Parts: sequence; C-alpha cells; structure tokens
Amino acid sequence: MTVQELPGAAAYRPTPPPAWRPRTDPAPLLPDPEPHRVLGTGAELDRALMLKLYAELVRGRRFNAQATALTKQGRLAVYPSSTGQEACEVAAALALEERDWLFPSYRDTLAAVARGLDPVQALTLLRGDWHTGYDPREHRIAPLCTPLATQLPHAVGLAHAARLKGDDVVALALVGDGGTSEGDFHEALNFAAVWQAPVVFLVQNNGFAISVPLAKQTAAPSLAHKAVGYGMPGRLVDGNDAPAVHQVLSEAVARARRGGGPTLIEAVTYRMEAHTNADDATRYRGSAEVDAWRDHDPIRILEGELTARGILDEDGIRAAAEAAETMAAALRDQMNADPVLDPMDLFAEVYAEKNGQLREQAAQLRAELEAEAR
Amino acid sequence: MATATDKKPATMAQALQRAMRDAMAEDPTVHVLGEDVGTLGGVFRVTDGLAKEFGEDRCTDTPLAEAGILGTAVGMAMYGLRPVVEMQFDAFAYPAFEQLISHVAKMRNRTRGAMAMPIVVRVPYGGGIGGVEHHSDSSEAYYMATPGLQVVTPATVEDAYGLLRAAIASDDPVVFLEPKRLYWSKSDWSPEAPAAVEPIGKAVVRRSGRSATLITYGPSVPVCMEAAEAAREEGWDLEVVDLRSLVPFDDETVCASVRRTGRAVVVHESAGFGGPGGEMAARITERCFHHLEAPVLRVAGFDIPYPPPMLEKHHLPGVDRVLDAVARLQWEAEH
Ligand SMILES: Cc1ncc(C[n+]2csc(CCOP(=O)(O)OP(=O)(O)O)c2C)c(N)n1
Ligand SMILES: [Mg+2]
Repeated sequence: MTVQELPGAAAYRPTPPPAWRPRTDPAPLLPDPEPHRVLGTGAELDRALMLKLYAELVRGRRFNAQATALTKQGRLAVYPSSTGQEACEVAAALALEERDWLFPSYRDTLAAVARGLDPVQALTLLRGDWHTGYDPREHRIAPLCTPLATQLPHAVGLAHAARLKGDDVVALALVGDGGTSEGDFHEALNFAAVWQAPVVFLVQNNGFAISVPLAKQTAAPSLAHKAVGYGMPGRLVDGNDAPAVHQVLSEAVARARRGGGPTLIEAVTYRMEAHTNADDATRYRGSAEVDAWRDHDPIRILEGELTARGILDEDGIRAAAEAAETMAAALRDQMNADPVLDPMDLFAEVYAEKNGQLREQAAQLRAELEAEAR
Repeated sequence: MATATDKKPATMAQALQRAMRDAMAEDPTVHVLGEDVGTLGGVFRVTDGLAKEFGEDRCTDTPLAEAGILGTAVGMAMYGLRPVVEMQFDAFAYPAFEQLISHVAKMRNRTRGAMAMPIVVRVPYGGGIGGVEHHSDSSEAYYMATPGLQVVTPATVEDAYGLLRAAIASDDPVVFLEPKRLYWSKSDWSPEAPAAVEPIGKAVVRRSGRSATLITYGPSVPVCMEAAEAAREEGWDLEVVDLRSLVPFDDETVCASVRRTGRAVVVHESAGFGGPGGEMAARITERCFHHLEAPVLRVAGFDIPYPPPMLEKHHLPGVDRVLDAVARLQWEAEH
C-alpha cells in the first residue's frame, strides 16, 4: 500500500527509532548559566540611552511611591507596586517601537506609563473607575490583565495576525514567575514557537507569587530553561540591571522582527513591597532578605555606575528627581479629583446593541436614578 | 473557481462549510482555526476543503490546546481579524472557558467599546450519536449564563447557513452550537440561492397550532415537530417555536405564541436543574401570567452526567416524554 504524502504532514512526522534525533539542537536554546549583566562588566554604554533609562527609573520609582500613597488616601482601590522591578518595567517600554504591542499584567502599570500612556488613564482600573481607561489600539497596549498568563496567548495571536498581514510588528508580553505555572503560559509559548510568531515573553521573576516562593512553583533549573522544551531560545538576565534587560529585550525584539521567532526571557528581580497594599509580606518573608536586595537596587546600581563613569553628575541626578517630583505632584492633583461615572454606562458596551433584557434593566436603573434625584 | 462544494449541499455539515467558505471568500479577515480543521477538514468534515481553497494561513490546524486556540483568536481579533474557532466537541471546549468568560465575553465592556471581539466559537454539541463519555454534553447553560456572549443554535440546514453567516458578520462574540446529531440531516437547500441571512435573535414558528406551544431549539426541534404530529391523534394542535438564538432571547415571538395558545412546554436536552428551561419558564410566566391556563412545564435531560451510549435513549427527551408533558397541561380545568 502506498501512503499518500499530505501537505503539512512531513515536517511534523517523527522518524521511528533508532533514527530518532531531536528536531532542534537544544544547546543554542539554553540560557546562559548566569544572568546576563551589563553593569559592572566594563561594557560600553550608550550615553543617551543610559540617561533615558536613569530618568525613567527614577520617575518610575516615584510613580510607584505615589500610587501606593494614593491607596492609603483611598484614591486607588488597590495598587500592585513594581518597586524594585523598575528596570524591567522601563526597559520593556523602551525596547519597543511605536507600532509594537505591549501586553501588561496587573503589575505593569508602570510599563504602560513608561510607554507614554497618561498615568491617570493607566490607573483607571486600579482606581475602581472603568476596567480599562484607554483605547488599546490607540496606544498598542492591551488592557492590564489580571487572570494570570491569559494575556500571553493574546500576544501570540496578535503577533501572528500581524505577520500574516505582512506588518513587522512585535508583541511583548509580560508575566510573573507564578504565572509561568499556568496552562496559558505553556499554550502560549507552544503556539508562539509552532507559528514562529514575532513575540517576546518577559517573565519578571520577583521571587514570589503573593506569598509563594519560586521553589514551590517549579522544579525547572530556571524559568528561562522552559524555553528549550518549546524550541525557542531562553535568556536569563539580571532584572535589576536596566541596560542588561534593555539589551536582552532589544535583541529578542529584533530577532522576532526579522522573522526569527519568539524568545523567552527570565529577568531575575525582587518585589520590594508587599504583593499589593492589601498584603502583609511579613507573614512569609524576613526583612534580611529584603535588605539584601536593597544593595542590588536597580536605581542604585545604575546611578553608581553612571556617576563613576562620568555619564551622570549631581545636576543630572537632581534634574531626574525634580522631573519625577513634578510628575508625582501632577498625578496627585489629578487623582484627587473624583472621576465622574455614568451608571447608565453599565449597559452601554455589553454588546454593540442592547438586547431585550438589557433594555429592560437599563430602563429600571434609569427609573431608580430619577427617583433618587427627586 | 469550481470546487467540490459547488454541488448542492444537502446536509447541515455542508451548509455550515458553505457558510464559512462564502464568508472567507467575501472577507479576507475571516480565519478558521482549530484542531484537525485543515488537512482533514475537521472530525465532522465541517471545514472540508477550506485549507485547500484558502491556504493554511486562513484555515489553520493549531496545536492541541483549546485555551490556546481561543486565546490566540482573541489576539487575532485585537489585530482586526475575524476568527472562527472550532472546538472539536462540546466537552473539549471546557479548557477554553477562562479565555471565553474572562476575555472574549468581556473585552468590549472592559475597553468601553474600543475593542470588540468578532469571534465565532463553533461547538458541536448534544447527544444521540452513540458517543462515549465527553462527546455528548449540552453545555448551552454555561454559555447563556455569561453576559457578553451570544448563543446561537440552528435546527435546519437553511438556518445552519444563515445563522453562521450572521454569526461571522456579528461584531460581538457568538458561541455557535451545532447539534451534532443533525449534521447529517438533509434538505433541498441550494447554495446557489442561499437563504437570507437571518439576524441573530429571532425565533421562528416552525409549526402553527392553537392548543399549546412547544418551545425548543437545536437537536430537540425535530423531536418536537414529531411530537406535534403525533399529538394530532390526541386532539392537540401544537405550535412549535424554534428559538435559534438563546442569547439574545426572543421574548416577543415566544410570548406572542404562548399568549395565543395559553399553554407552554420548554423542551431541551441539557439538564433541567439550572438549565435554559428554567429561565424560559420564568420569562414566560413573568410576561404571560394572565394568559396561562397551566404552569409552564419543562422537558429536559435528567440531572445526571451524560449517560453511556447504551442508556442515552432513556435520558434524551423523546416524543413520548414531550407528549406526557403536554398531557399534564391541566386540560380538564378548561371544562
Ligand atoms: C488565574 C488566576 N489565579 C489566581 C489569581 C490571583 N493572583 C493574583 S496575583 C497572584 C500571584 C501572581 O504571582 P506572579 O505571577 O509571580 O506575579 P507577581 O504578582 O509576582 O507580579 C495570584 C495568585 C489570578 N489573578 N489569576
Ligand atoms: Mg512573582
């Protein structure tokens, strides 16, 4: 009997043993044994980029502090701070071109702001105002995503669609260490690799998923190693070394853009604050660990190196601090004004057109509002 | 271009294929994706020939991962495509629930209208095909309970074409439930004169009658039509309403019928408890109370996990069970 060769089948058909061999040589996909670093290595530094990174890091730290303060004043419902992770947040924003897409998680408000999104719009969700405060297509920033890792297949699908259309658009998806245990992480990486989609996955390994440390999350040698199983390269980077994160991300973005396929990047960093303002981190970690990470603070190590190498001086440090203060004051003022919400908007965008029961319920609410107003 | 599908589609499966084919030919943003939908044409052959005609980028065999299929479809829709996703079987759509409920259904609302989700999720559903476990679920109640989704199910070959075209054209997501035991049902419908594309949300009176209304959908429509014929012997002239769309729900057509007949039985395969019939009975009672001669009754699948094939005939609402319910509509009170 002759077996007809069907299109598409050949590439995926395994050869029977003993001729079996891996489809891809895993060695080039393996991450470096140590996280990639730029600071402290004497590597050449792009002056303009360094100053930009520094200014954004300082602004980002101030943004985190201001947002956390706003929760205490009841102006934000909740804030998952990225204090300590600013290098990842800022580098993610700066590694992308205008036409690229960012897929943030709930922790990544700062990445959206560093990308140029208005801070008030970025905080709309966490303020308890509408779920998404901006038009994702206008900014090419997907809505901040709370169901863990579910944004990852979106990034893959979007990147795939862009490639089918012939656009050289790259999608960058952000996820936490805990999120890598979710099924959607696995499915997204697998689809990305099979489709060779122009997508980059940045895992911010900040040590914890709320209270659960990474050791209870995975037995993998590193999260970056997970890439190998999908047939894509894994990169490990010091997530507090802003130039290093920027470099690794830029390389992965460039690779995706030229048709080289997806990359998984694990950035090793640390969540300096509690999971959110509602969490008590003293229940699951000691202050010694937090203090140890303070010595490896992303702003501190960048500032140290840039001043030592004469790229940054006292004036530059002061200017960055002042710019951050101006941003914070403006944010405070804007957030102190109560947003005006229209309750009738509850029904406005469930569907393009209200169905029968939504029309009835909208009429009911309108009547209630009118009775209240009387 | 002449293709094998230009001959008369006689079955529901072929009408569904034709609907996708015509939509893909008209609109280059329509993409089909799922498990085995490409080379094989789907396990029910509903996507037969699409990969060949439009290429594998338009009709794509995906990796085996339902959340991944629907999740990537969300991203594709974000970029302006109109994905038509095939879930291989009712029970195998469950891994995609999180994407469906947290993203597909909510995206328009979350983004205040900025980002709609024109996605169709096609799901072969229901029993009666002798399938072993996990191949015969009626999962419509889960979808109906999720605001943001439209839930549509055809019962005829004509509607299979028209409703799927309407679903693909809709800017909001549609869970398109295909009664798998009707895949091979036939009609004279011809693709050369495609049925008018019905708007989603309109029920249709399949059979007029004066005694009572049977309200049903999908695989139970032929059962109710048969029951209505059999009921003539008992002296009952039954009206049969085919809902076609569970969400949005056509209160108007349903209530107009019940007001005329004064009696109603809701018939479906899915479990009765927490099932679609409860919602429908409540809606009818709320709107037609003074027209009712008897309580609205439900004929549904039992509240059990779907039974093994050798027992499914006892589970599925059949003609006798429908007629028993009709008999319980308090006819004696009239006299
Ligand atoms: C599917 C899902 N399960 C549980 C949660 C609740 N939850 C929110 S954040 C979080 C921890 C996530 O940790 P990680 O992925 O490391 O991100 P991080 O918060 O550290 O940035 C959990 C369990 C959720 N949002 N989504
Ligand atoms: Mg974490």
